[in-house]
Amino acid sequence: MHDMSAHAAAHHAPPSGFIRKYLFSVDHKVIGIQYTTLSLVAAFIGMALSWVMRIHLGWPAASIPFLSTLSPNGAPGGVPTPEYYLSLMTMHGTIMAFFVLTAAPMAGYGNFMLPIQVGAADMAFPRLNMASFWVTFVGFVVASATFIIPDGPPISGWTAYAPLSAVGPAAGPGQGRGQDLWVLSIAFFCVASLLGSLNFIVTTIDLRTKGMTLSRLPLSTWAWFINAWVSLLAFAVLLPTGLLLLLDRVGGTSFFIPGGLVVNDKVLQHSGGSPLLFQHLFWFFGHPEVYIIILPAFGIVAHVMPTFTRKPLVGGWKVITYAMIAIGSLSFIVWGHHMFVSGMSPNMAMVFSVPTLIITIPSVIAVLVFAFSLYGANIRFTTPMLFCLGFISLFISGGIGGFFLAQPAVDSYLHATSFVVGHFHFTMGLSAIFATFAGFYYWFPKMWGRMMNETLGKVHFWLSFVLVYCVFMTMHLMGLTGAVRRYSSYVADFMVPQIPTNRFITVAALLLGAVQFIFLYNAIWSRFKGPKAPDNPWQATTLEWDTTSPPPFDNFDGRQITVRHGPMEYDADASVMQTSPEQSIAGT
Amino acid sequence: MSQSELTMSTGHEVLMEPSPYGIEKKKLGMWFFIVADACTFATFLFGYGYMRVGSQNWGTPFEFGTILNGIVMTFVLLSSSLTMLAAVRTTQAGEKASANKWLGLTMLLGTVFAILHLREWFKMIREGWGLFSNPTGGTTQFGACFFSITGLHLTHVISGVIALLIITRGYNQGRYNTSHVETAGLYWHFVDLVWMFVFPLMYLMNAR
Repeated sequence: MHDMSAHAAAHHAPPSGFIRKYLFSVDHKVIGIQYTTLSLVAAFIGMALSWVMRIHLGWPAASIPFLSTLSPNGAPGGVPTPEYYLSLMTMHGTIMAFFVLTAAPMAGYGNFMLPIQVGAADMAFPRLNMASFWVTFVGFVVASATFIIPDGPPISGWTAYAPLSAVGPAAGPGQGRGQDLWVLSIAFFCVASLLGSLNFIVTTIDLRTKGMTLSRLPLSTWAWFINAWVSLLAFAVLLPTGLLLLLDRVGGTSFFIPGGLVVNDKVLQHSGGSPLLFQHLFWFFGHPEVYIIILPAFGIVAHVMPTFTRKPLVGGWKVITYAMIAIGSLSFIVWGHHMFVSGMSPNMAMVFSVPTLIITIPSVIAVLVFAFSLYGANIRFTTPMLFCLGFISLFISGGIGGFFLAQPAVDSYLHATSFVVGHFHFTMGLSAIFATFAGFYYWFPKMWGRMMNETLGKVHFWLSFVLVYCVFMTMHLMGLTGAVRRYSSYVADFMVPQIPTNRFITVAALLLGAVQFIFLYNAIWSRFKGPKAPDNPWQATTLEWDTTSPPPFDNFDGRQITVRHGPMEYDADASVMQTSPEQSIAGT
Repeated sequence: MSQSELTMSTGHEVLMEPSPYGIEKKKLGMWFFIVADACTFATFLFGYGYMRVGSQNWGTPFEFGTILNGIVMTFVLLSSSLTMLAAVRTTQAGEKASANKWLGLTMLLGTVFAILHLREWFKMIREGWGLFSNPTGGTTQFGACFFSITGLHLTHVISGVIALLIITRGYNQGRYNTSHVETAGLYWHFVDLVWMFVFPLMYLMNAR
């Protein structure tokens, strides 16, 4: 402690070498950009996997270019086998749920923005933060490595249900080394998420600047803070579940493998385990996980919208925050609704159905707050605002499907149909992606110091919005007619009439994918050639806009920040919003 | 948490003026680690409960003679919590020599616990127990639960001893201070607390 000032001076200067500055950086801003970039790469890989699946569903005999090179066994002649279709589906789900939806809006934007929004110079544990990113990166590499091993990726889905995932190579291609790597990858991701959430919580509690009371926190910070709690408790359960699964696979135990199980005509030596135990443990994590994905989306929308409606949200910071706390807490007691048809006691189905219906109340409150806040507003239709409106639309459309699925009686019919696929893509997939896009367009000037092209952004939004409905609303309808999910091709008699609908979805999905390249082009072009961004291009009211774009190494250039009012407390007389949290409200 | 991380953050705090809401962040971080770790142990113990309730032939493989070792281990580990407490007190009072003595004693008790536990493990393995074998003819789930849960706890004890070794070394060299010792103490007490769940659930409930 004696030479603190010397250390302070040494650390005040940003690192100069390339490796310290861009690769193994402890700067939360660099780490945020690293996470965002990793998610972007992962998103395009995940999307490419979905194209292959869609083409195969629409044209089961079509040969897909390059696929036979990637996997000669899985796709002889470029036509995926049913097993390889499942491998693609597993990796699409794993990459999208973990490395895109969990990583981008929380670890990506959260790392970059949260310390600035609370007026801190960095995260509470900068080196731990760096470790989180690199462990996530290793997890991603391990998951991707399943594509190049001879067996291919596992076929057990992103949920890795036991006993399929537990019994090893006997269960099919990809269930040997592929599943091992998958479990390992998820274990890495769990560790990284746990370290990350710990960092987020401590930063929010400990490093707030003068005057930054809880009631003055921006709603995005609230969302990341609440979400870090949910992640901390949920990933701490997935990690040991993965360990138990690994013990079953390599240690010879049978936690999840029942006695007398016959796999491919062979009786296994295991006895006494329970596949239901795996489902309970997995969904105890898995259901909070979908809220881990959607809560930062709520936060981003709640943060971005007031800037462009030029007025506070209905109910101020309290209603949204309490709704998010309620969602986060309730998310831990609804997991059984994934297991209505699993063989669990029907009485338990009732027990889980009730909280599932209750959790819709805070969700509906949050979305209605967003919708009502548009009333009487002088809306600025920028690209981020459009994506927020898209979020509201998609979340309501997807959420209505949730009311049906929450009833055990209805779910018995709809379970394992593409109705469910459409439902979760609307709610946790596309809603979260749209909010992530809103955040990307909104924060791009701050993160990279340049403006994105608005025209391309609006084209990107409108085409995506229409095509997303074409793809996933159609899936709802197909599900109602009995289209089974996870089937690789629709050649059985009763499914043949559905082929034209499937082809419609495929064409829409491919176009939707193509539209994303407009976004990619816009992002890359703007990064290098876009007009220089001013400090506060949107006239926003939170601390990240109170510094240069991009912010200096210590965020505020050594300036002392004292916060005097919250982001949504406006001067009653003023026709314009206060643009700096440091400005005091007139009359106080 | 190393020195450079500490100075990096204190560096910022010197520039930024410490947060008025600040609690000591290392300690806060450790508390949240404990919350997550408690969930991890809870998952294992829930799995054990699920297996046990669902099993037809769980049996009671232990008797007083075999859990005597466990009772001694419990006594050793609980005593180490007491010596850890003394270590924190003496570091806070600045009594370096005395603090070293108590820290050393804590590490010694932790090591004794680990040795007694491993001895018991090897004895059981020689008798035919394993992750998927049960010499008494009952369900193989007993071995799976026993070895995975006590193994997870033992990993925590051994990591704790190593962490204490590093902290003690740093404390003597002046790199670490009282709060490091106190934070390590939080972890140590948590590992003891977990044993107070593991011991009755794994030993007492399985004894004749």
